Amino acid sequence: MRSEELLAELYDKTLTGNGPAVLDLTRQGLDQGIGPETLLYDALIPSLEEVGARFERGDFFVPEMLIAGKAMAGALDVLRPLLAETGAATIGTIVMGTVKGDVHDIGKNLVNIMFEGAGFQVIDLGVQVSPEKFIDAIKTHKPDIVGFSAFLTTTMPMFKANINALAKSGLRDRVIVMVGGAPVTQEYADAVGADGYAADASAAVARARELLNQRKAMASA
Amino acid sequence: MVCCGALAADIRQIATRRGWPVVVRPLPALLHNRPEKIADYAERIVVTAHAAGRSVILAYADCGSYGGLDAVCARHGVRRLPGLHCYDVYAGSSQVAELFAADPGTYLLTDFLVRSFKRTVLAELGLDAHPELWPDYFGHYRRLVWLAQDPTPELAAAAERIAALFRLPLTRVDTGTRRLERELATLLAETEDGRRP
Ligand code: B12
Repeated sequence: MRSEELLAELYDKTLTGNGPAVLDLTRQGLDQGIGPETLLYDALIPSLEEVGARFERGDFFVPEMLIAGKAMAGALDVLRPLLAETGAATIGTIVMGTVKGDVHDIGKNLVNIMFEGAGFQVIDLGVQVSPEKFIDAIKTHKPDIVGFSAFLTTTMPMFKANINALAKSGLRDRVIVMVGGAPVTQEYADAVGADGYAADASAAVARARELLNQRKAMASA
Repeated sequence: MVCCGALAADIRQIATRRGWPVVVRPLPALLHNRPEKIADYAERIVVTAHAAGRSVILAYADCGSYGGLDAVCARHGVRRLPGLHCYDVYAGSSQVAELFAADPGTYLLTDFLVRSFKRTVLAELGLDAHPELWPDYFGHYRRLVWLAQDPTPELAAAAERIAALFRLPLTRVDTGTRRLERELATLLAETEDGRRP
């Protein structure tokens, strides 16, 4: 298969969430000498972005989103060590988790995949993460960003609780706080004192980049 | 009375028994999975009904519209049921909060969900075509709590079958429909009061 053909095929199979085919094509592409970054940026990421767009339009629902995400995650497992080898520097580190009391994690996992694809190191704390657990992880991993995900009206207030806990441990200024999840809006994010919000996984990566650049500019000013 | 499809059967029964002069107009229960659309749907019906000189009650909780239905209520001077979702409507928000506080890995069922589980949960989540996704959806759950309105032996058997599918323990909490009836009666009384000059 020609490179363009293979990339197009990889894009399509990711879109339809065909995990085994995505894995095959990824390996085949590497064997053919296509670089891991090309596979990622010219097929996998654009495909998952299209999945997000279709979800937004209502053409896709949760299962389509989920299988596409899982297919891409499988490819990432193969590409991760190679990307590390090519010396592609990690852009930043992010600690992610679904807040205490909430077990919705499909949205968060997609965000993680996109962050990884974009070259971030992602430390996923899973679901029902208590403020204490976030604090411990921030102390251990010293991330640039911490992300809180919530899907229930009753668990959104945990954003504020987490941010208060950060302030109390003297960590608030050392980490960028991003929040998201279906019920979350920019206004809500502002109200609880988060630094950033995004409505979907692609936007989350873009916003994270922006926030990191702002930090760097501020640090060097 | 514009209501969620998941509440419609109970609401019809209550309205008939009490002889309320209402038309029950259910919206598809599957909107639960697309809650961003609920407010638009509801608003269209409210506008049409008002144009025809009828009062409207929204027999809906927030249902994941995250304030969208409240905005419709505010715009058109109508009222909705208190609570976040149908679980609050049947069991009351404090009892639901207690159930989640006791174990956040709690998955709630109502009679409607027990009856329609295949269609509203399994099919909607794609689990019929992709059973391998089960752990992605439900891997974090530890128990099922059935908020029962009218637990007939058939429903109890169906609930047991769902629990077997989850391989999780099932607790039954009998809520009946008394709370729903009380809240509807309140909304109805307030709406009638509001009409009088
Ligand atoms: C799938 C789903 C489930 C699955 C979850 C499986 C899982 N492992 O996550 C199951 C069926 C298990 C489930 C369970 C429950 N659910 Co549910 N669920 C949904 C549903 C249909 C979709 C959510 C979803 O996964 N979307 C897919 C993702 C990919 O979409 P997304 O939100 O757009 O995600 C993007 C953004 O949010 C953003 N993002 C997400 N996180 C973050 C974090 C950061 C930092 C950033 C920047 C961005 C970001 O990026 C994501 C990717 O693009 C919603 C309704 C809806 N359509 O929103 C209800 C919904 C969220 N659930 C609801 C409820 C009530 C429950 C239950 C209580 C029901 C029950 N029977 O017990 C339990 C919860 C128990 C608990 N303690 O958590 C309600 C919440 C209502 C409310 N006002 O609080 C909703 C709104 C349904 C409704 N209409 O009432 N649910």
